Amino acid sequence: MQKRLANWGNYPAVASDESVFTQEEQLREYVVANSHMIARGNGRCYGDASLGKHSISMLKYDKMLAFDTTNGIIDLQAGVTLDQVLDIIVPRGWFLPVTPGTKYITIGGAVASDVHGKNHHVDGAFSGHIIDMDVLTASGNTICCSATQHPDLFWATCGGMGLTGVITRVKFSLKKISTAYINQTQLKAKNLDEVLRLFDEYKHYTYSMAWIDCLQKGDSFGRSILIVGEHATPEELNTEQKKAPLTLPAKRKLTLPFNLPSFALNTFTVKAFNWLYYGKNYKKVMHKVIPYEPFFYPLDAILHWNRGYGKAGFVQYQFVVSLEQKAGLIAILQRISDKGWGSFLAVLKVFGKQESLISFPMEGYTLALDFPIRKGLFEFLDELDEIVLQYGGRLYLSKDARMKQEIFWNSYPNAGKFADIVKQYNSDNRFESLQSERLLLTK
Amino acid sequence: MPTVLVLGAGSDMAVAIARKFASEKYDIQLAGRHTAALQPQQQDLQVRYGINATTHAFDATDFNSHAAFYAALPAQPDITICVFGLLGDQEKAQQTWQEAAAIINTNYTGAVSILNVVAENYAAKKQGTIIGISSVAGERGRQSNYIYGSAKAGFTAYLSGLRNRLFRSGVHVMSVQPGFVNTRMTQHLTLPPLLTAQPEAVAQAVFSASKKRKNVLYVKWHWKYIMLIIKLIPEGIFKKLSL
Repeated sequence: MQKRLANWGNYPAVASDESVFTQEEQLREYVVANSHMIARGNGRCYGDASLGKHSISMLKYDKMLAFDTTNGIIDLQAGVTLDQVLDIIVPRGWFLPVTPGTKYITIGGAVASDVHGKNHHVDGAFSGHIIDMDVLTASGNTICCSATQHPDLFWATCGGMGLTGVITRVKFSLKKISTAYINQTQLKAKNLDEVLRLFDEYKHYTYSMAWIDCLQKGDSFGRSILIVGEHATPEELNTEQKKAPLTLPAKRKLTLPFNLPSFALNTFTVKAFNWLYYGKNYKKVMHKVIPYEPFFYPLDAILHWNRGYGKAGFVQYQFVVSLEQKAGLIAILQRISDKGWGSFLAVLKVFGKQESLISFPMEGYTLALDFPIRKGLFEFLDELDEIVLQYGGRLYLSKDARMKQEIFWNSYPNAGKFADIVKQYNSDNRFESLQSERLLLTK
Repeated sequence: MPTVLVLGAGSDMAVAIARKFASEKYDIQLAGRHTAALQPQQQDLQVRYGINATTHAFDATDFNSHAAFYAALPAQPDITICVFGLLGDQEKAQQTWQEAAAIINTNYTGAVSILNVVAENYAAKKQGTIIGISSVAGERGRQSNYIYGSAKAGFTAYLSGLRNRLFRSGVHVMSVQPGFVNTRMTQHLTLPPLLTAQPEAVAQAVFSASKKRKNVLYVKWHWKYIMLIIKLIPEGIFKKLSL
C-alpha cells in the first residue's frame, strides 16, 4: 500500500509502498520478486537511509527466539525493538551491551547503523557484541554470518544501512547488571578546553557524554555539562530503590500530539533552554543515583519530540574527527556558533578505537546537533561537510539526509571495498534506498 | 496454570491475543496449519512471559481431523479462542466455487466443526470459555464481500445459539465483532484511521471483555452504532447502494 513515509527528522517525506512480514517465507518470496526495496524498522534514523520505493516493514517480525539468562545471550528476530528487550532483560539482571540515545529502534536497525552509545570508548559499537546474525540477501538465500563466518558479509552489514540484504535475526551478548540504576556524576565545564580535559580525566567511567551549548562565544565557547555514569551497585541505592533493585518505578509518558509551529524553537528559546539546563546544574559537580531510563533515554520521555521542529522537519548533523584534529572540532563549532542556527541539543562524545569496514565511529570527537530545515541550511551544511572532510572526518549515515556523494566517497576510507561487497550480495542493486541512490552506492 | 487454545494462531490478531493472555500468565496452545511457522511465536511467548507454549497442527477445513486434534492436546484448554478466518477474493468467489467454498469452509463450517467438539467437552465439564472472532461484515450482506460476510453471519448466529445453549452449564461464549483491524489481511486496503484498531487493542479488548464475561464485543465502540444504522436501512434503499 502506498504510504507517506518519513523518518525521525520528518525530512525527506516520500510516497512508498510498504509491505509487512511475519514469516521468513513471505519475506523471501517478496525479495526475489521485487527491486528498489529497503528494510525499515521503527523509522528512528533521521534521514533517508531506510526510505525507498518499496519499503519492507520489519516491525511485525518481532519474535524473541531465546534468552540464556545464565550467560546473558539473547537471540531475536530483527524487528524487536530495544524497549521490548529491556523490559525482558533488566528484571533478570542484564543490560544492552551498547545502546543509542533512544530505545525505540529495532535490533535490525541497531546493526544496520552499527549504533554507538555513551560507552563507546570502553565497549565499542554494537557490532562488537554480535555472536551471529542472519541476512536474507537478494538471491533469496538466508546467510548466517559473524566475525568469523562470512566475515565480508558480516562487516558490510554492520553499519551497511541495509544494502547487503534484510537482517532477519541477531544473536548478541548482554552486559551483567545488579541494579536498574545508574550512579551519575554531572560536571560543569566553562568552555570546550575544560570539557575535553574532563573527558580525559573521566575516561575510566563506562559511560560519558557532554551536553554542549553551541551558541556561546568568547571565554564560554563550548560551555558544557559532562555526564558520566556507572551501573549502580545495590549498596548505592536508597532504601526505596533497594526494595526492588532491578525494577524501575512506574513512569508517565508525555507526548507532543502535533507539530509545533516552526518558530517555536528559534534562537531565543534555544538560548533560554540552554540557560535553564546549564543553570540547573548549580554546583560544579553533582552526584545522583537515577533510573537507567532518564540516563540513557532522556528524550524518549517525550514521545514524538521531533514534532517540536514543525512540519518542515529537521536534519541532525553528526560528524567525527580524530583526536589529533581538535582544530577541526573547534573550526566547526565556531561556524555553528557564528551562524546561530544551532539546536536544542548538541551532544559531544569522545569515541574509542574501532576497527570496521563502513561503521561511523572512529577514535576521536563526535558532535551531533539538530538543524530545523530552513532556507540556506543545505548550503551551510555543505560548507560544514567541507571542513569535516578537510580534517579527515566523516558523517553518520543514520543521521544523513543530504550529504553530497563525493563527500561520502572521500571521507569513508573503505567506501570502495564496501560497495564491492554490497554488489556481491545485492545483485542488480535490488536493495536500494534514497540514500544509497544519492550517494551512488547502488549505481 | 490456566490454558488458552488459539485456533489459527499465525495471524497478526492471534499473535497479539496470545501475547495478551500469556502476559496474564496463561499457558498457550498455538494451533495452525504449519507448526514450523508457529515455532518462533512459541519461543517468543516463552521468552517474553515465562509461560509454557506448545504448537499443534490444525487445519480448519479438515473437518474429520478435529475431534482427534482436540483429544490429542496435552491439556484441555480452559479458554478456546477461534481466530482463524479467510477474507478471500469476492469476485473470484462469485465465479469459482473453489474460492467460495474455501471462504465458507474456513469461516463457517470449519469453525462449527471444531467448536462443536470443544463445546461438548465444556458442556460435560460444566466449565470453559469459548471466544469466536467473527466480523461486522456478517451483520448485513454487501455486494463487496457477501460471501465472506454470509459465512461470518452464519458463525455469529452459531455463537449466539451456542451461548444460549451453554449458559445453563456455566460455559461462557463470547462473540467478537472487530471492525477494521490493521493486519496483514488488510495491509493492501486503505482503512479509515478512526475506525481501525491495532491488533494489540483487539487483544486487550478481548481479554478484558472475557474477564467480564461479556456476550458480544465490538472492538472500537463506533462499530456497534455504525452497524446499527446499516442494519436499519430499508432493503429497498440498501440494494441501490454501492457498499
